[in-house]
Amino acid sequence: MTSSAAGRLSLWLLLTPFVLWILLLVLVPHLQMLRVSFQVRESWDSLSWGLDQYQNFFSEAYYWRTFVRTGVMSLFTTFLTLLIAFPIAWYIAKMARGRAKGILFLACLIPFWASELVRTYGWMILLRESGLFSAWLQALGWVDGPVEMLYNDVAVIVGLVYNGLLFMVVPLVTTLDGMDENLVEAGYDLGGGHATVLREIVVPWAMPGVVSGCIVVFMLTLGSYLTPVLMGGKDSAWFTEQIFTQFITRFNWEQGAALGVLLLFLSSLMVWLGLKLSGQSLRKVMG
Amino acid sequence: MIRSVPRSRLFDSLYLAYLVAFFVYLALPLLVTAAFAFNDSPFPSLPWQGFTLDWYLADGSAGRTGLFHDDGLLGALWVSVQIAFWVTLASVALGCVNAVLFERLQFRGKEFLYLLMLLPLVIPGVILGVSILVFYSGMANDVSRLWGLELDVFRPGMTLVVMGQVTFITTLATLVIGARLRKFDPQLEEAALNLGATPLVAWFTVTLPWLMPSIFGAAAMAFLMSFENFNTTVMLTGSDTPLTVALFNRLREGSTPVLNAVALFLMVVSALLALLTMRQSQGR
Amino acid sequence: MTTASDLSCHGLVRRFGRQSAVDHISLDVPAGTFFSILGPSGCGKTTLLRLLAGFDKPDAGDIHIRGQRMNDVPPNRRPVNMVFQHLALFPTMSVGDNIAYGLKRRKVASAERNKRVAKVLEQVGLPGLEHRNPQELSGGQRQRVALARCLVLEPTLLLLDEPLGALDLKLREQMKIELKHLQKQFGTTFVYITHDQSEAMVMSDQVAVMKNGRFDQVAPPEDLYREPATPFVAGFVGDNNQLVGEVVSVRDNLAEIRLEDGEVVRGRVASGGVKAGGRAELYVRPESLVLTGDALNEGYSAMQARVRTTLFDGANSRVEAAKGDQPVYARLPQDGSAPRLTTDGIIRLAWDPMLARVFAAGNP
Repeated sequence: MTSSAAGRLSLWLLLTPFVLWILLLVLVPHLQMLRVSFQVRESWDSLSWGLDQYQNFFSEAYYWRTFVRTGVMSLFTTFLTLLIAFPIAWYIAKMARGRAKGILFLACLIPFWASELVRTYGWMILLRESGLFSAWLQALGWVDGPVEMLYNDVAVIVGLVYNGLLFMVVPLVTTLDGMDENLVEAGYDLGGGHATVLREIVVPWAMPGVVSGCIVVFMLTLGSYLTPVLMGGKDSAWFTEQIFTQFITRFNWEQGAALGVLLLFLSSLMVWLGLKLSGQSLRKVMG
Repeated sequence: MIRSVPRSRLFDSLYLAYLVAFFVYLALPLLVTAAFAFNDSPFPSLPWQGFTLDWYLADGSAGRTGLFHDDGLLGALWVSVQIAFWVTLASVALGCVNAVLFERLQFRGKEFLYLLMLLPLVIPGVILGVSILVFYSGMANDVSRLWGLELDVFRPGMTLVVMGQVTFITTLATLVIGARLRKFDPQLEEAALNLGATPLVAWFTVTLPWLMPSIFGAAAMAFLMSFENFNTTVMLTGSDTPLTVALFNRLREGSTPVLNAVALFLMVVSALLALLTMRQSQGR
Repeated sequence: MTTASDLSCHGLVRRFGRQSAVDHISLDVPAGTFFSILGPSGCGKTTLLRLLAGFDKPDAGDIHIRGQRMNDVPPNRRPVNMVFQHLALFPTMSVGDNIAYGLKRRKVASAERNKRVAKVLEQVGLPGLEHRNPQELSGGQRQRVALARCLVLEPTLLLLDEPLGALDLKLREQMKIELKHLQKQFGTTFVYITHDQSEAMVMSDQVAVMKNGRFDQVAPPEDLYREPATPFVAGFVGDNNQLVGEVVSVRDNLAEIRLEDGEVVRGRVASGGVKAGGRAELYVRPESLVLTGDALNEGYSAMQARVRTTLFDGANSRVEAAKGDQPVYARLPQDGSAPRLTTDGIIRLAWDPMLARVFAAGNP
């Protein structure tokens, strides 16, 4: 600390583990994935460079349709999650007081002590043909026979929103908590209505939380596997499923890598767009 | 619409109804899962056939095998615990080092490296798994083909799973520990030096105790995240499947109340772990 | 180097880029005294203190403590302890552990340690608080714990970095007196830095007034007040009125100065360079000014000013008047014998020229 030699030494000592981690586990594997996606396998031990995998993606409608579908549904899920979570976050941050506040906040976290698999399983028990909702509806006499509510897009979105809620509520509560209530009072005092105050004061203030929540939820949704596979129907394919298929069942790593690169490209693009459009930086939103 | 701004009765009751509906939506799947762990029926569905502990305790003699006698699930549980242990150890250690690096030192390119550090958060878990599989497993294949050496650690299996999970859990641990370190007053270290401590002693007697709650918090979080992870894990797992993957495979074959039993068991363990961490951080 | 001085520095320099935060400072602090360094924020006093504590290295110059050269001694080996601005009590330790921290580093046995902790807590007036958490204590108590943590090590030199800044006004007044008593009681040499001149004046045996990395004057508080050596000291220490004008004549150490509006006033020459025809600044304290009718004491200097307002503040009540566009403050007599003052009325202010100090003005 006092001498610069010791300072340099400690810098290198601390920098080494970081560099090893980021290189060996993040950068190099991803670059390799990118490289493999441009390799064309000619025979079992000879490779050449080419765009075959990417051509496959565009020529086979099944690939790019799933790709677009996954992206659009992820966007929709993110938006829905924001809409559902905002009033809750507002209540916890600004309306609830004392113990109620802490308890409500914890209540939002509790479902996430269970893994995604358990949560999805819970929804399956509720929604399937022999499930609880179906049984209740029959008991109430509203329907005559069992109703299948699983294996459709609505079910998938219900599950995806459920998975994303925590990651939306927490950043929203954190940013809204930091907002001085006098700001809102001043907004009304100066003649604003509900809509104006919300639009001009609350939303701009909550923007870092909104962006951070949306990025995380979008990422999780786009990359989720269990929920779409278990809750979606036969024709509701999810892009991660295709990557999985290429790697695990077809052993076509080159094609899988190309699909992986495309998914990574889509998610990076959306994150970048989200940050640009809202004028936020990744550091502010995540760190 | 804060407390001090007048609202209508109708608005208030609608808001309340919305809150209730929201928390029902949150709780329902978990409550249902937990309840059917005790239903005396071979399927986790209505009607309710009475209370039983068979799905935990049955030893297979009556056609039912409870969780505590199911060697497949218990083995998978043990695999998961081992993975979570190593992931926790590695990511918390890395997280500490990274936190000090980014919060206490000044160096060129720090902003850029910080962004790199955040990167794993914006990469989908499946991709993290795929890239590590492609690089390390591909390397093992090439080495085997070219020189006949077998690098089994880099074949899908526990090592790769640990590596894949460490990739993103380290970022989370760094953020948790870094947030705490940011609130540390560096003057405390100077005070320790001033009172006769060497820099190393000052670190261990003043800074580390300050970080301890966040280290515990990061460890609990790392353990849970590792334990519950599926997307990265499924790409990298070999023959020794961890619990989430084993459950997934079972679920595809059809659901039995044993799955509910496992789910409830996991929820209780996570809840205990979370409570313990909260107690720990409140104690400070 | 006299052995009687606990701390002596010679030609200390510390530069940050092209700026010298500490610019050729030399000082000598006799053993057992209370030495204050007084200066506005940014004058380099904190940098100087960090040099003394060893958290920073001087670019030039020497630091000797009890005759030992300290330049290359790391902070943890110096016989110097410091009370930090925000106290820096370890939040993860009890009061007792905070105080025992330094003793532990010296490998003092546990029984002895406990005894000394108990004793020093008693000395600072907090007996039996060993097991409390520092966060539970009041501001004044925390202050004392921070002091005890240093004093238990019996340092040669105790450095204090504006430790009273965080306290509220009442408590600060009280702690000032208490600190002075504690210093006498322990007999430790204190080096105290502050921007609050009242703290420095009340507590110190010697005060160094610091500006732009240099000492303007080092003197006992009373000399500083009565005989400021530079215009900066005159303006910074205590309230002062400044009048600027052109020197008419210098006679018997008394200078006559013509102000902007043509009136001529007199004061004692306090610096070189005051000569007829040059510009000069005259400083006279509010309590030296007397409100007069026509009757003027023998030899007094006087001038007219226009009343702006009166400021009632008990014993410290003043009148604010304007001389040209320059405000002038005069102390009102405490017995209420002052004439009735009306806004914009003209008053006559007089003073003993020996109590006014004239400095050659720098660049106009």
